[in-house]
Amino acid sequence: MATSTRAFDTVDARPEREFHHPLAVLRRFWRNKTAVAGLTVVFVLAVSAALASAILPYNPDTADFNAVLQGPTPAHLFGTDQLGRDLLTRVVYGGRFSLAIGVIAVAGALAIGVPLGLVSGYYGGVVDLVIQRVMDVVLAFPGFLLALTLISLLGVGLPNVIISVAVSTMPVYVRLIRGVTLSARELTYVESARSIGMQDWRIMLRHVLPNTTAPLIVQSTIQIGVAILTAAGLGFLGLGVKPPTPEWGTMLGDAVNYLLSSWFIAAFPGLAIFLSVMAFNLLGDGFRDALDPRMKVL
Amino acid sequence: MSGGFAGFAIRRILAAIPTLFGVTLIVFFMVRMLPGDPARLLAGLNATDEEVNHIRVQLGLTRPVPVQYEIFIENLMRGDLGQSVVTQAPVSYEIGTRFPATALLAATATVMSVILGIASGIMVSTRQYTAADYLVTVLALAGISIPVFWGGLMLMVLFSVALHLLPAGGDAGPTSLILPSIALSAFALATIERQTRSSMLETLHQDYVRTARAKGLGQGVVVYRHALRNALIPVITVAGLQFATLLGGAILTERTFSWPGIGTLLVNAIQARDYPIIQGVVLLFAITFLVVNLVVDILYGYIDPRIRYG
Repeated sequence: MATSTRAFDTVDARPEREFHHPLAVLRRFWRNKTAVAGLTVVFVLAVSAALASAILPYNPDTADFNAVLQGPTPAHLFGTDQLGRDLLTRVVYGGRFSLAIGVIAVAGALAIGVPLGLVSGYYGGVVDLVIQRVMDVVLAFPGFLLALTLISLLGVGLPNVIISVAVSTMPVYVRLIRGVTLSARELTYVESARSIGMQDWRIMLRHVLPNTTAPLIVQSTIQIGVAILTAAGLGFLGLGVKPPTPEWGTMLGDAVNYLLSSWFIAAFPGLAIFLSVMAFNLLGDGFRDALDPRMKVL
Repeated sequence: MSGGFAGFAIRRILAAIPTLFGVTLIVFFMVRMLPGDPARLLAGLNATDEEVNHIRVQLGLTRPVPVQYEIFIENLMRGDLGQSVVTQAPVSYEIGTRFPATALLAATATVMSVILGIASGIMVSTRQYTAADYLVTVLALAGISIPVFWGGLMLMVLFSVALHLLPAGGDAGPTSLILPSIALSAFALATIERQTRSSMLETLHQDYVRTARAKGLGQGVVVYRHALRNALIPVITVAGLQFATLLGGAILTERTFSWPGIGTLLVNAIQARDYPIIQGVVLLFAITFLVVNLVVDILYGYIDPRIRYG
């Protein structure tokens, strides 16, 4: 996705830091209150989703026609939906799908994008030209449209949602890694590795790839949020995970029909998307500030 | 100077041609990659054998792929994108009738996000670490995190369902434009504000700005005459990139507010497997995005001469 969601905050940059000791980075991260808040939200969402069946008294798919579209009550804190299913339960279970889609899609994008970016930046020349031209074409289908086009060809369902979101995320990594590789290629130790006849793939893995770690951590954190948003958008349009799966976007899409009488059925799944995306944004900003405040993220 | 710029502009336009070629290739292969007979896919599942054969002959589907592509491009040049499977109307007609609604929505959201984003960014950059700065920063963070469809639904709940102030959807006069454009502009507005703020802060700390202050120029002159011009350069790129988000967001916003635009057309077409419409809309979106990026690139080179010879 060509979309830059980041402002390049360069003002607060402290003088050059050449070496980042992991402990120093961690200490800087823990001092950043908003970043820790982001981490807390991610942690709470992930843990509650994982333990959903143990901490919640309801089943996410069990309909109760005596309790249809009830507002929030002590028995149903978030209310119930059009089939009388407990919304809190569905939102918490939904975290399993939405968070997993975000993480797996980003992992998939990394798996394709990082090698392509490395090869493109390291070899340059025709290889670079071909990969970059292909990326130009992929990027001509802006972000969400690319995911939407892919899902229209692949058809709906969980695996296809993950594939679509992963492919639409992948160009970001090709661009990012290529940029870092281009400058890392000129470093003295890379040059000396080449001069002693080290194989290209080993140079890429041992000497170039470590340079990409910091930008990769920051970009991937933010990208998980973007992936959650994209997947939820597909779900909202009825082109994502199939109902009755409690995915947040799909739940919102269902909720539209009941909006006039029951605001809560749309409010809480959306709030969950909003909070998790914001948490990943805060976390990404926190990682960036701790690692290198002048880092540029796509 | 002007010769350098013209050369730069021409190089940029030429560089976009391979991408355009790639985009047409992807849209061309979209239907042909799907399992099944492309002629039947393009004619619709309810089409008679006669209609399917007609499409097959018309698009040269029995002939070699390069010839098919040639026919595809020839038809495209004439604005012929085929017929909707559902309504049987030409794709260009279906798109044409919905285009104004989407253009209106996208243009309103763009204008709102650029004006309010830059204005609020400038405002807080001169008030760093004040309450106003923190408030705007939090709002901007919310703006980049809020799903456009959920923001839209919540606006609808508040202003239409609870307060009865504004229409909840459809396109019935100017008031129905208000909620969709607010929902759609949130992300772009917040992103532009963040970029303006950080870019202004960086510029305001530079030596030449300090010199301007030192020689006694007023705050207004320093901020608007000296700092803003340089600070806006990265903002233009970010604003241009936001167009992609707006196009994607427009699809979701239209669905949320039942706005009769191209996004709604696309979503309905995907659900009905109306491939000629899908092809047409995807092509239109990609080309619009390419053109906007090209214009932003060229504008960038015009504003900042350092770019042209990079």
